[in-house]
Parts: sequence; C-alpha cells; structure tokens
Amino acid sequence: MARLLSLTLNGRARTDAVPDNLLLLDYLREVVGLTGTKTGCDGGECGACTVLVDDQPRLSCLTFAATLADRRVDTIESLATDGRLSAVQRGFHEKLGSQCGYCTPGFIMASAGLLRRNPRPSEDEIREALGSNICRCTGYVKIIEAVQHAAELCAQGLAP
Amino acid sequence: MNKILPAHNIGDYVPMIDGPEKVSGRAKYTADLFVPGTFAGRIFRSPYSHAEILDVDISEAAKLPGVKAIITGADCDKGFGVLPIARTEYPLARERVRYRGEPVAAVAAVDDATAKEALRRIKLKVRELPAYHTARAAMAPDAINIHDHRAHNIEREVLFELGDVEAAFASADLVREGTYNCAEVCQNQMEMHAALADYDAVRDRITVHASTQVPYYVHLMLAQILGMEMSRIRVVKPHVGGGFGCRTETLNVELIAALLARKAGGCVRLVINREETFITHRGRPETDIRIKLGLRKDGRIAGVECECIQRGGAHSGYGVVTILYAGSMLYAIYDLHDVKYIGRRALTNTPPCGAFRGHGTVDVRFAFESLLDEMAGEMGLDPIAVRRANYLNAPTFTDNDLMVNSYGLPECVDWVERESNWKERKDQLRSGNGVKKDGIRKGLGFACSHYISGASKPVNWTGEPHATVKIKLDFDGSIVVLSGAADIGQGSTTILAQAVAEVLGLDLSRVRVVTGDSEVVPKDNGSYSSRVTFMVGNAAIDAANNLKAVLIAAAARRLDAKPGEIECLGELYRAGAQDKGLTFEEVVTEALKDTGTITVTGNYSTIPESHGGKKYRGAAIGGTMGYSYSAQVVEVSVDEETGIVTVDKVWVAHDCGRALNRLTVEGQVQGSVWMGMGQAMTEEAGYHDGLMLTANMLDYRVPTIQDSPPIEVGIVESIDPHGPFGAKEAGEGSLAAFLPALTNAIADATGLRFNDLPVTPDRVFAALEKREREAGRKRNGDT
Repeated sequence: MARLLSLTLNGRARTDAVPDNLLLLDYLREVVGLTGTKTGCDGGECGACTVLVDDQPRLSCLTFAATLADRRVDTIESLATDGRLSAVQRGFHEKLGSQCGYCTPGFIMASAGLLRRNPRPSEDEIREALGSNICRCTGYVKIIEAVQHAAELCAQGLAP
Repeated sequence: MNKILPAHNIGDYVPMIDGPEKVSGRAKYTADLFVPGTFAGRIFRSPYSHAEILDVDISEAAKLPGVKAIITGADCDKGFGVLPIARTEYPLARERVRYRGEPVAAVAAVDDATAKEALRRIKLKVRELPAYHTARAAMAPDAINIHDHRAHNIEREVLFELGDVEAAFASADLVREGTYNCAEVCQNQMEMHAALADYDAVRDRITVHASTQVPYYVHLMLAQILGMEMSRIRVVKPHVGGGFGCRTETLNVELIAALLARKAGGCVRLVINREETFITHRGRPETDIRIKLGLRKDGRIAGVECECIQRGGAHSGYGVVTILYAGSMLYAIYDLHDVKYIGRRALTNTPPCGAFRGHGTVDVRFAFESLLDEMAGEMGLDPIAVRRANYLNAPTFTDNDLMVNSYGLPECVDWVERESNWKERKDQLRSGNGVKKDGIRKGLGFACSHYISGASKPVNWTGEPHATVKIKLDFDGSIVVLSGAADIGQGSTTILAQAVAEVLGLDLSRVRVVTGDSEVVPKDNGSYSSRVTFMVGNAAIDAANNLKAVLIAAAARRLDAKPGEIECLGELYRAGAQDKGLTFEEVVTEALKDTGTITVTGNYSTIPESHGGKKYRGAAIGGTMGYSYSAQVVEVSVDEETGIVTVDKVWVAHDCGRALNRLTVEGQVQGSVWMGMGQAMTEEAGYHDGLMLTANMLDYRVPTIQDSPPIEVGIVESIDPHGPFGAKEAGEGSLAAFLPALTNAIADATGLRFNDLPVTPDRVFAALEKREREAGRKRNGDT
C-alpha cells in the first residue's frame, strides 16, 4: 500500500506518494535525494541516520516515513543558514569532531537536538545525548570539544 | 609599511580543507551516488564453511522478470589478491567455498526487491568438507588442505634467530615466559562497502566508484579479473568513510560490481550491508603468542624468543606480510640483540583477515610489553626505568637491518611520566592500597609502541617513484594539486595542501587538491602503512619546489635580475628589499608566456638503506624511512563487585617527527588509542561453526562516547631527517601501546594479569572470583 505523505522537510512543505513500509531513511535518500543522512548499520545500531522530528533526534532507519504526516523533519542539509555553517557544524569542523565524516551528520543532528533543548549542556549531558551514536575515527574526545565549542557559538547568537 | 612575510601553513591547528563538505552533508560517499537507470546488485553467499561446489543452479533466478544479469564462479576464472605471490581468491567461489559468507553468485536486477528475490531462487549444491575454524585445527596433521598449494594449511612460516638466544637467556638474571591470546577484531569503519560500476558497451570501457583506500590496486585487480586493458578502466574514489586497513586491498565487492556491470551492459550499484561488511572482513587475526624474555638486573633486555600463530582465514590476503611484521617489528623500538622469532600464519575456514591499523605489530607488542611489565615488577624495577635502560642509540641499524634515524621515544616516555605525574600518582594509589570506595580499585599502567611511516618497498614493485604529485597553475592563479593519495578521513588532502602552500608561502585558500580519479590524477599506491604524509608529502614538497623555480625564473626575467636574487614572499616576488616587486598574479602571467598552463611534477623515492636486509626470507618487511614512537600511561578503576573496568584517563605521547597539523595529529593519536581500547576491552569477532555471530554493531561492541576516557596527547617532534618538514606518521603507532598499558594498569590495581584479550567484565569477574575461592580454600586449609 502506498499513501500520500505531506510533511515539512527542512522547512519546505512537500507531498509524496510513499509505500507504508518505506523507511524515513530511504525516503530521504532515495525519494527526496537528500543523501546527507547516512546508512551505517542494519538497523538501529549506530546513529548515523539520526534526523530531527519536531526537534527530537530520531533514527530514520527505524521510522516509517508514512508515520510522519504533518510533522516537521530536519536533516543535516537544513542546518546551514544562507550557505553559512550552523554552530554545531562549525564546532565539528573547527574542532575536528569529524574525520571520515560518515557518522558526522548523525552526530551533528543529535547534537543540534541537544542544543535546541539545552543550550548549555554539561559534559555528562553531551555524553548522554550522543550515547547511541558510534564514531570509529575520533575516540570522541574532539566530538565533545566540538559540541562544547558549538554551545559557545550558540551563546554568541548562532543557531545550533 | 607592513613587513611582508610568506604565509605559514604547517605546525598549527588547521581544520580539514574538506571539512565543510562533511559537516554539511554535501560530501558524497559511494553509496550516495544514485544514477538513474542503475541496476541493483546483490550477492549470494555460501552457508557452508568448507565445501566442494557441485552445482550453482541459477535457472529459476534467471526466469524472474527484472533480473538483468547473474554471475557465478564460471564467469571469472582469474584469481585476485594484494600480493603478487598470492592471487588465489576468486571474486565468486570456484570449485570450493572456504568460509561461511563467501560470495558464490551475484545478481543485477531492476530494483533491490527483485535482486533479493532472485537470490532466494539460486540453489547451491555441495559436498561438505571438514572445516577448520581455529589455527590449531587447520594445522593438525590429519587436516585436509584448504588451498591445494598450501601444505598443512600454513600460509607462511617465518623462522629467524639473530644472535644467540640461549646464551642470552643464560646470561640473564630473570627469564620468564608468557602465553597470550588476542581475539580477532574488525575495523568496523562506519561506511559499509559499496561500489558503483558503469560499463560502456559501445567503447568497451568501465568506470568503477569504490569505497577503497587503494584505488590503484583496485585498478590493477579490475584489469586482471575483467581481462581488460588498464587503459579501458577508470577508478574513482569518492569520500570514504574510514578504512583502518580493511580497504587496503581490492575487495570482492568492487570486482563483483564490475563483472555484473559488464554482463548487464550498464551501471550496477552494489552496496553491501553491515553484516556482509563484517564478513568481507580483513580484520586483525586471532593471534596466539608465546613470548620469553631475559632481563638483567640493570633492566637491560638480554634476549627475546617469540612464537606467534595467526588464524588468517580462508584466503591469503596480506597474510604473509602480517606474519613477517609480527616478527620484524620486535625490533626498532628497543636495543635488542639476541632475538628468535617463529611465526606461523594458518589458513582456516573463517573470513579472510587483512591489514588492520598497526598491521602485524599490535598483538606481539601487547605480549612483549605485558611480560616486560610483569618481570620489572618481579625484579622490583620501575617499568619506566626498564624502558629507559633499553633505548636505541639512534641513528642506527637494528640487527635485522632496519634503519632508525629520528628516535623520539625517550621524549615520549618523559612526557607521559611527567604529565601523568607517574611517581606521585603511583605512590598515592599504593598508599591507599589502591582501594578507593565500594570495592573500586585504581591502578596505573605504562607501555610503549612504534610503527612505520610507509613500507619502504611497496608490495607491487614497478620501479617507479614511491609517490608522484602534480601541480597545475593556470591563468586564474589557483594552485591545483593533483594526487592519487586516498583521503579516507585521516586528512591527507589537507596535509598535501598545507605542504604545497608552505613551500610557496601562499595562503592555504589558494590551494585546491584534486584526488581520487584515475582519469585525472597521478597514480598513487594508496593509503596504507601510514605512507601518505611521508611519501606523498615529500612528493608534494618536491612538486611545489619545482613550481617555485618556474615562478622565480619568470620573476627574474620580468625584474631583469638573476633567479638567485629573487626573494619569494608568497604573494610578492622581488629582487631586493627596496624593489616593490611583482604580485603573485603578475609572476603567473609572466610564467605562462613560455608554456601556457604550467604543470610540474614532484617525486619521492625511499633510499635503499631503508629497504631492510636479507638476513632471512622476507626481511624487507618492516623497513621504512622513519619510525613513529609512542608511550602511554593509562589509569583504570576496577569494580571488584562487577568486574567492570573503567579507563579514567590516558596520557599518550607520540613522536610524529614534526606535527604538520596539530589538530589532525591529535585526532589521529586519540583515534588510535581509542581503537586500541576497543580491542583491549570489548571487541571480538565471535563464531559458531564458522558463522560470524558478531556481525552487527550491538554484538561487536565498540566503545561508545559514554565508555570513552579523556585522552591527553603530547606531541613529540624529533624532526626526521628524511620526513616532509621532518614529519613521520601519526595514525597508527599509538594504537598498540594502549593494550598492554591497560592490562598493566589492571594488574597494578588488582594484582591480576590478563593475558587474553579482550578483558571483558566477565573475564575480570571470573578471575576475581577464582582468586577469592582459592583464598578461601587456603584459609580453610589453614584453620
């Protein structure tokens, strides 16, 4: 069965015919063509596919697209403003929170979700918020620094 | 007037030049390439560990509408493999399957659902053969050969004795022997393997995009497997999501995609899932080590005897090289003389192992540093003092002819000792008897390790320079660096840009780097053995110097001066301090008058002295232009109630010769230490009857952010005489030391030695219980 799905994706309203069993991840990558969201595992193990649904981090590989009628979905492609990097994106770039970059969109979206609800997280709160995202390159040290740097940039007025 | 200075580009914290793509979702990895009209590829895999193939029946699958091509072993009778001496693997198994999960057939269909359904219709008929899932079982006298040409399933046996080990042990004050087991571990890089192969039937050409560390090796193997001229093949490496060694050889994925594309006469996308990525493997083999050391009262190591058995898996891969590294790299860190090594690489019916970060060196280093620590304790010596008693007197050649120039190990040891406050912290922990509260015991451990900066002899020896870089400069004044070096996240693209900008004195923003497309860039052997910064970096410096000479000659002409009188200040070229000089753009305009677009080449070759010796067969393995060094201190808390070990903090010092980019050096060192932590504490590829049980990221447990400690990095700069600006490798050498530093810390905390990895809470708990039981028995016996 397919149905018409209307949602707000990265600030734009759109409607697509989607099969009931289509995962949000595949909808984003294959139907819409937003490949920033990554597939890193066979389901719910790594966090690389994290997006925000109504500002809350969500694994798009465990979410059916059809359940998101009238919801607001934000992906990594939504964060930049007028082509300029957001606070979290700058944090990950400037502090080397990203090496190979494959887990990065998931980490950035989980971090953006954190900073939207808690602009000044403690280190423990950062660790907790990113606890279901796996990175194989950094050892996480610079990811924590990246989020802390992002929080400082947010305090200066940059959007997460 | 402002003083004019050339821009400086090395030695600072420089974010990666391709970082903005990665943090914005614009970076394209192979699986992100969707080409309209592409066929979906799928692989049918063997459910047997070891069997003779009687029939692969594809007739029902072929009838399915939407199936475009099906291939089996019958479609390709040519073997592949990274070592020219061991090309014995087929893209799709022929005659025999040798491990569970080995590709047997593959399908290209109009969509993924059709391809999946086609796989369900393929029927494999076999006669099962005895399967060997451990090295010992495979090497047993009555075992049949997994590969006909390898008797007793030994891929390679290495034996050498340099010096007189028995005499050395006789002269020692303490001789001890230990046995160690390191579980098989997987790279588990975040990006799963993917290939996009596009066959042009009109021109008989093929373009393959692949998630690889070695586009050139993929090119070679595509030519071999497809039977096509190399000039008809184009290999593109998009962004790659890590590798850590599993992509340092051509994988069956890209070969199968290419075979399917040619048969389908179109474009095939083959993206394998996480389970298949685990099974494609090329991880670090399970290793059994017996090591014997002789130690003198003054802390000097008298002799070493090491026996190492690796469970290599079903195919050769890098196996011969891995077992050689395990022996040769006993050297080049301490001043060793009487050394005996016995290495055996077994073929087994498990997925093939490969070249995991720290290739060949890690498990032996774990055993060596563990036993040394234990013996130091027994002799009442400080483990740091014992290392100090054994430093090399560099520059030197080791007994196995490895050339050691820069040697920053002493500074690494000093740094971690100082920064961790080693003595005071030890005393503090000891005075409280190590017990903090609620059964938590704390301990401190120390160890060292080292690694090569690129193998001095590449596995595919062609006589060409080890690295070649081209630079193009045209009317727009932008510097375009062309290199085949594969950036897989380690930051090599950024390093090349920095090197070129530094030589020319230009701002980094003037430099662009083009990599990863065989149609455009010069060949490069690839990203492995930590060769890129050293070799390609040197080639980039050479190219930049050649460009600078062209620009200086042009400036001299315009300024009516001699080239030797020209001062290059990056954006300004002048003939003397009073001369207002020429802008960079003016120099470029002048230089173009001769030749139009300027292209220059830079090369790098290792020197023969670095090629290792001939004292035993394979002694070239281990030879490099420069060794990196690492020292680590690890503090742990051991919960005696649960067996849970927490790493509180790591201090690591790494001698990278010179940090061209402190940010990426720190990132590489932290990542190495952390990857060592995964191997030491949680990671293990587990099998049942040859079936990989841990082929997902829940059962194959890598540490999460909540398990991971602060890692403080000290950068030691020994300024290597041959390194680019003095640099050596930074991405591998710090992995190995973590393992023994951890177990040494646990021993310090609990008195218990863990010789088997990973040190899981189960193992710690069992050992604590056993000790408790034995103490109880002793108490009961006493009363």
